[in-house]
Amino acid sequence: MTIEVKNIVKKFGDFAALDNVSLKVGDGELLALLGPSGSGKTTLLRIIAGLDWPEAGEVTIDGEDALGRGASERHVGFVFQHYALFRHMTVFENVAFGLRVQPRAIRKDEKAIRARVKELLDLVQLDWLSDRFPSQLSGGQRQRIALARALAIEPRILLLDEPFGALDAKVRKELRQWLRSLHQEIHVTSIFVTHDQEEALEVANRVVVMDKGRIEQIGTPGEVYDNPATAFVHGFIGESIVLPVDVSDGAVRLGGRPLNIAANGAAPGASKLFVRRHDMQIGPAGGGSLEGAVRRVRSFGPIQRAEVALADSEGKTVIEIDAPRDRELQAGEVISLEPRRYRIFAVHD
Amino acid sequence: MSLQSNLASSTTQVRAYAPTADLNVVSPPSQREKVRPHTAASKRDLRTEPRPIRFLIVALALIFLTVFVVLPLVVVFASAFSRGVTAYFVALTEPEALSAIWLTLLIAAISVSLNLIFGVIAAWAISKFDFAGKTFLITLIDLPFSVSPVISGLVFVLLFGAQGFFGPWLQAHNIHILFAVPGIALATIFVTFPFVARALIPLMQEQGTQEEEAAVSLGASGLQTFFRVTLPNIKWGLLYGVLLCNARAMGEFGAVSVVSGHIRNETNTMPLLVEILYNEYQFVASFAIASLLAMLALITLVVKTILERRLDEGQMVSDD
Repeated sequence: MTIEVKNIVKKFGDFAALDNVSLKVGDGELLALLGPSGSGKTTLLRIIAGLDWPEAGEVTIDGEDALGRGASERHVGFVFQHYALFRHMTVFENVAFGLRVQPRAIRKDEKAIRARVKELLDLVQLDWLSDRFPSQLSGGQRQRIALARALAIEPRILLLDEPFGALDAKVRKELRQWLRSLHQEIHVTSIFVTHDQEEALEVANRVVVMDKGRIEQIGTPGEVYDNPATAFVHGFIGESIVLPVDVSDGAVRLGGRPLNIAANGAAPGASKLFVRRHDMQIGPAGGGSLEGAVRRVRSFGPIQRAEVALADSEGKTVIEIDAPRDRELQAGEVISLEPRRYRIFAVHD
Repeated sequence: MSLQSNLASSTTQVRAYAPTADLNVVSPPSQREKVRPHTAASKRDLRTEPRPIRFLIVALALIFLTVFVVLPLVVVFASAFSRGVTAYFVALTEPEALSAIWLTLLIAAISVSLNLIFGVIAAWAISKFDFAGKTFLITLIDLPFSVSPVISGLVFVLLFGAQGFFGPWLQAHNIHILFAVPGIALATIFVTFPFVARALIPLMQEQGTQEEEAAVSLGASGLQTFFRVTLPNIKWGLLYGVLLCNARAMGEFGAVSVVSGHIRNETNTMPLLVEILYNEYQFVASFAIASLLAMLALITLVVKTILERRLDEGQMVSDD
């Protein structure tokens, strides 16, 4: 099933939650909507589900207009951040709910309902919990039940709103991998909302990065990480070092002093230089574009993270870099830095 | 990248938890030593007030309760049975008493069932939807609590009385509202309106709309959502509201007194009859009726405690 969203505008009072958003989701995709809180990602998901209505725009599911139908008629599976399990029903009845409320003409008989619920509980590997109440389950179990409940109605598409947001780090990791393999198994077109870049990059086929009600970039996890389209995407995905620079005549200047890097066609004027922490090449003092004194070094795992006070700014600008452990840095040492890979974005405001 | 961030977050967590560690739980030796000499020297429990003060506070509360709550209750039952059990039951089976009991039950049935419907609708609207004038509506629901019951009754006299707003029209069509069952029911409904809504609004607000949204997304219609999801979630709160509403409906004096007209065997409810009999020096009969109302209060109290426990359990489930 495909989903198409065209020119959606949604306002809450004066605040534009979604500002002319368009998006196409292909059949069988697992798409992540990634952005900080307030970026409009959950609102977009709720509009697709029919739990919110836009001021303008179109939503079509498989070519069919969706805005003309209520949530109960769209046949969309929705998984909530806080599970929203029915607290007075057992796990079994929760999963069976969508089957029991079907119109009498197409409703399955009790035996078929039982078989279907059993099948779904097997799918989420929780059939042994069917007589429990939601309050007796752990967070991870609840979210799997919520997913089974959403799948019970054989939804055309599956929407997940921060599905792992309320879980602790370890469970979250396990569920991520589990969701990805589940998606490979059932292959239903899915969109999930997250503010966790790692989650988006790890689980999704494609990532939609949103900010302030607009889509900043759509691409595969590799594309958005390696080739961020905007300053926002570069800053939001992965850790970045950001330095204020000035571009003129093809040269890049930091604090008036030219850096040893090409402008790569960046427009003249005040700009920002973005470098990944691990893309700074370390050399002996006097050998590179930037120079600075190491303030503090923390080593863990395969890397060492160093705070470096840049010489150009009289020690006021402190950046954090990640360097491999093969060359141990010492506090107080003066080193040179050379950006290996970098991006320059013009400053708009 | 993931490894680093995990390491960083786990170290900050350890740092954050250490100072809050409960002293009663096994704690690092350095902390334990700090605590021990202190308790050993003073030998009193620092977690609570000194014994004499605790005793005084509890005694004061008990004396107060005895004088203002227990004694009156005892007096009611003692007076009711002062001429023996037979006199008590004779008093209760007087036609006048039976008529008052019947009228009270009728009024309670009417007003509780109507307020049940109004209350659920009002609470549903307030807690699940956003609309202009919501705060005003909440204030309006509370109005009967802040108005003297006598004024509440008077409002209906001004509306439906002979000189009232609708009076002439009602007289022309021979419809009796004042000094009849409809007037008493109206006044009681007005006075008891807030109970059900008040019990439900905080409960429904706390539960939010997520379960309803989940139900709708699973294909449930509006009615299915209400009867299968919303209603089961609020049933204990609803019973709680109905219980308090019923207690007040049966016990209401002020508002009913203004609109009833005190017609014997016709428009006297139990509270009104208690006063009339007392004024006529029929103490046994008066206190016999009063004892029924007192028993209603006691039963209400017990059921209320049970319901509150049920509500707390529900709360705990939703908390985590």
